Amino acid sequence: MLRIECPCCGPRDHDEFRYGGDASVTRPAHDDPDPEAWYRYVYVRTNPAGLHREFWQHVIGCRQWLVVERDTRNHAIASVDLARKLSARKSPARKPPA
Amino acid sequence: MARYSAFSIFRNALSGQKNWQRAWRAAEPKPSYDVIVIGGGGHGLATAFYLAENHGIRNVVVLEKGYIGGGNVGRNTTVIRSNYLLDGNTQFYEFSMKLWENMSRALNFNVMFSQRGQLVTAHSADQLDSFSHRANIMRLNGIDADILDRDEVRRLVPYLDFSDTARFPIHGAIFQGRAGTARHDAVAWGYARAADGHGVDIIQNCEVTGFLRDGDSIVGVETTKGRIGAGKVGLAVAGHTSVLGAKAGLELPIESHVLQAFVTEPLKPLVDQVVAYGADHFYVSQSDKGGLVFGGNLDGYNSYAQRGNLGVVREVAEAAIALMPCISRVRLLRHWGGVMDMTPDASPIICPTPIGGLYLNGGWCYGGFKATPASGWCFAHTIATGKPHPLIAAYGLDRFRTGHTLDEAGAGPSAWLQ
Repeated sequence: MLRIECPCCGPRDHDEFRYGGDASVTRPAHDDPDPEAWYRYVYVRTNPAGLHREFWQHVIGCRQWLVVERDTRNHAIASVDLARKLSARKSPARKPPA
Repeated sequence: MARYSAFSIFRNALSGQKNWQRAWRAAEPKPSYDVIVIGGGGHGLATAFYLAENHGIRNVVVLEKGYIGGGNVGRNTTVIRSNYLLDGNTQFYEFSMKLWENMSRALNFNVMFSQRGQLVTAHSADQLDSFSHRANIMRLNGIDADILDRDEVRRLVPYLDFSDTARFPIHGAIFQGRAGTARHDAVAWGYARAADGHGVDIIQNCEVTGFLRDGDSIVGVETTKGRIGAGKVGLAVAGHTSVLGAKAGLELPIESHVLQAFVTEPLKPLVDQVVAYGADHFYVSQSDKGGLVFGGNLDGYNSYAQRGNLGVVREVAEAAIALMPCISRVRLLRHWGGVMDMTPDASPIICPTPIGGLYLNGGWCYGGFKATPASGWCFAHTIATGKPHPLIAAYGLDRFRTGHTLDEAGAGPSAWLQ
């Protein structure tokens, strides 16, 4: 069993999580008209034999989406973090209240 | 190459079975070849055989990083069928079935092809309707297919759960009588021996570590046994296509996932056909040694480890018991994993590539074994002529760009959900 160290819930069996695939691909902007960009987002994967950044959702737990760095050859997990902290498409930073 | 026959068995019996030849030579690599086939699995060996047999290209080498029969050709559950729905798949897999039917004779090697029939159970009237649709398409393509009602299924496989308490009651089944199994090791050995008989070099423990280039074209490979030049290079390394593809500069729509297979302790004859469960992902046949050989879903996350996880063992066992309660106390003897190239539509990729001199055969998902002869036949044609064989016209790499995917299961582009 893989054991994923959930930032909210602690170490949990991977059966509690749902796999969400490669986290290194970024969705093009919603109005991006370039079919090549969408092709690459939907289909092209680097599929490394080694460290892989991937999404997991803790569905039977805190339900947070996580980004896990895992070695695909031996399943050793190098890091786990909340996906929203790492998101490339952040909503504009809020200004602190005056 | 000495032919195998009843007479050769008799003759060798007279000398105490001590004078059999090696099935293939232990070759050392030459400086260059007309064609290098990377990957000594079923597909690579079949490709080399058909290059020599059909196209007269005999200056060929097969490079295998491990040993012959150690990869997915020796790890699958040996099921052979041609019950595909979509144009492109239907004809290709039926062509493969026809090659299976003559394989032992063509290779002079008994691959123990057993056309015991395969049935897939239907668990609702709607599912049986969809199976009728499939059976009609098969018949229109000249492939045998039958729809069985519940009583007919019960007569054929009485040990399935026909009780009132079955979670998913059996409504009927789709049956292909020509489907079956073959001995997978024999397929690898048979193609290796037959290719060797045509002069093909087979080099084991020789890993390709890089490609030699002349401008944009590939003109050979770097290996753990030195550099080897080539007119053309064919990649047949499903499971690790992305790894070698990246070295060649190919961007691929492939993820590697692990699929497990299982075998139980030997039983008296019980499962006469290949039986697949229509309500979940589970399929079973019985080996000649008596073990029930079965499999289920992918483990579900990218993996190059040739071993699986216990969660899937449990899921597969649950499906097995739901369909066949009688095996609930049978002990599991072994389970193992193989690394699959998963494509976003669960169909393979065989084609010339944008890189000169490089040809691609991969993306076999969990269905590569049954395709072995047709894959080799069509890939050899593609390498020899530089153009895709008509039967693999639908398996081009550009189909994902143009939207012409062949998604048999309709599961969408997430490779791990196929």
